[in-house]
Amino acid sequence: MTMLEGILLTIITAATPLLFAAIGELVAERSGVLNLGVEGMMAVGAVCGFAACHLTGEPAIGALAAMVAGALAAALFGVVALFFVANQNATGVALTLFGLGLSGLIGDSFVGVPGVGVGRVHIPWLSDLPFVGRLLFGEDPFVYLALALAFATWWFLFKTRGGLILRAVGDNHSSAHALGFSVLKTRFMAVLFGGACAGLGGAYLSLVYTPQWTQAMTAGRGWIALALVVFASWLPGRLVLGALLFGAVSILQLHAQALGVGIPSQFLSMLPYIITVVALVLISRNRALLSVNTPACLGRPFVADS
Amino acid sequence: MRRYLAALGAVALAAGVISGAEAADKVKACFVYTGPHNDGGWSQQHDMARLAVQEHFGDKVETAFVENVAEGPDAERAIERFARSGCTIIFTTSFGFMDPTIKVAKQFPKVLFEHDAGYKTADNVSIYNMRWYEGRYVQGQIAAKMSKSGVAGYIVSFPIPEVVMGIDAFMLGAQSINPDFKVKIVWVNSWFDPGKEADAAKALIDQGADIIVQHTDSPAAMQIAEERGLHAFGQSADMSKFGPKAHLASLIDNWTPYYIDRVQAVLDGTWKSTDTWGGFKSGLVELQPLTNMPDDVKALAESSIQKIKDGELQVFKGPILKQDGSVGVADGAVADDKTLQGLNWYVKGIDDKLPQ
Repeated sequence: MTMLEGILLTIITAATPLLFAAIGELVAERSGVLNLGVEGMMAVGAVCGFAACHLTGEPAIGALAAMVAGALAAALFGVVALFFVANQNATGVALTLFGLGLSGLIGDSFVGVPGVGVGRVHIPWLSDLPFVGRLLFGEDPFVYLALALAFATWWFLFKTRGGLILRAVGDNHSSAHALGFSVLKTRFMAVLFGGACAGLGGAYLSLVYTPQWTQAMTAGRGWIALALVVFASWLPGRLVLGALLFGAVSILQLHAQALGVGIPSQFLSMLPYIITVVALVLISRNRALLSVNTPACLGRPFVADS
Repeated sequence: MRRYLAALGAVALAAGVISGAEAADKVKACFVYTGPHNDGGWSQQHDMARLAVQEHFGDKVETAFVENVAEGPDAERAIERFARSGCTIIFTTSFGFMDPTIKVAKQFPKVLFEHDAGYKTADNVSIYNMRWYEGRYVQGQIAAKMSKSGVAGYIVSFPIPEVVMGIDAFMLGAQSINPDFKVKIVWVNSWFDPGKEADAAKALIDQGADIIVQHTDSPAAMQIAEERGLHAFGQSADMSKFGPKAHLASLIDNWTPYYIDRVQAVLDGTWKSTDTWGGFKSGLVELQPLTNMPDDVKALAESSIQKIKDGELQVFKGPILKQDGSVGVADGAVADDKTLQGLNWYVKGIDDKLPQ
């Protein structure tokens, strides 16, 4: 394997968990709900995915369990923030803290247990092509799933009636309500989807990335996913680019260190975050672009006046 | 509420009476961890020693722990709560607990404190740590013997003396076998981030390293080495099951002998403020199991460990040149503990620039 190939492969795997979590959050935010509990849902997904995979030996069952667990955690958020109209920010942060703690509790007996691992896709001939073979046709199945999910989300949001309703709910919940759409039901479904995706992102960490479970192994990736959604100005295509860019900067800084380029490592470690901040600032300057895509009712609670 | 406070005060008073220099019938040993008690590394090793203490003393000792305590003001609250709740002796097990420990110790002169990895002591505060660098030296020897490319990848957390000392010792060990041995260094600026540690391992391997050493806590790098068919060293705990074919040797923290000693001292009434820095000899540091290496390499490692135990082999014995060629340790001299504990330079042969 050449160094370039190795770098590109690592970037793709680094981007994948972020992409999963961010796609889910993007849909939730498009429906007008800001769920800051991504990190917690990822942690719950990571531990449940690992546990299910460990007990059954089947990564697919692990992934499924992670989605269910993430969705359940999200349902908790949904009930409190949507139906009881609690403050979304506070509920989301609470969900993160709760998820991290709960995952530690569930995972107590799984610490120090090596995971099963997930093999790579191998298509005869195609995967054996030099360079592009491994890169395009030899990733682990989750990578393709994440990309497919991003595409499907774009298609759903912008090409289907369901997506139109979801965006309408996020942009103007009063009008959507007046037109007879159920704002809370739509939002609740979007939140559940967000939870399932975050769970999958967590499972990617505990099943594929580093097949093991330890508390706090999500290490802040949920927060990065949240930033990526804004970074992408709520567009799935840009989200893929954003996740790859973030992955690229975080991997390249490690390579720069190993090469001994002499830039302080503390600075290099900051780089992915600095670039995220700079990108966010640049995006925020472009008001026209933002106003087109920002869900106008983002974070605003909805109470139907009967 | 007032009654509750009064009760707390009474407990604190009682604690004050039973601790101190007099022999105690019953000891309550309390532990403050920075991570989860089952993190598979640092905190878990402390917790295993706590359980060993419990088992060793049976009814005479009661133990308690609090986990996931952030370094800083939170730590002060956690330690103070223990001091108030009747703990006889409190072990604070992270470098960042140093100032909080000293502060609380001042307020509770009758409670005994043991701080791991720091350098500040008081009449009721002891410090203790491990000479991991002894193990690092032997790891370096094994790496130089086992590596085909002659390049090791070293994943590190923060540029503190403890870590720099490890890198230097590793290189000294490797150079004793292969003077041209190279090491590539990646700082991940975290003690625990499996994803990032895995990324660092991949980056190092992609750049030609065929042996991975780590001074971070998760077994992620071991798994990557296993996946790529290369070798790696474990950290803190035995990580061999994460890399059945990759694992060479784990640098294990065994706190049990120390904790049993200290609790015994409290029971005997002989506890004094001390500064302990134990290595292979005291059984605190262990390098095992030695796996996936030919017999001659294993024999070399075992003989080096024995020589270090006997005092025949000194890791930081001169002449040692610094990276820039100036003298680090003069010919024939041995770096004293104070120099080591403040170590902030690389030995010659390391190409990386030390972040300052």
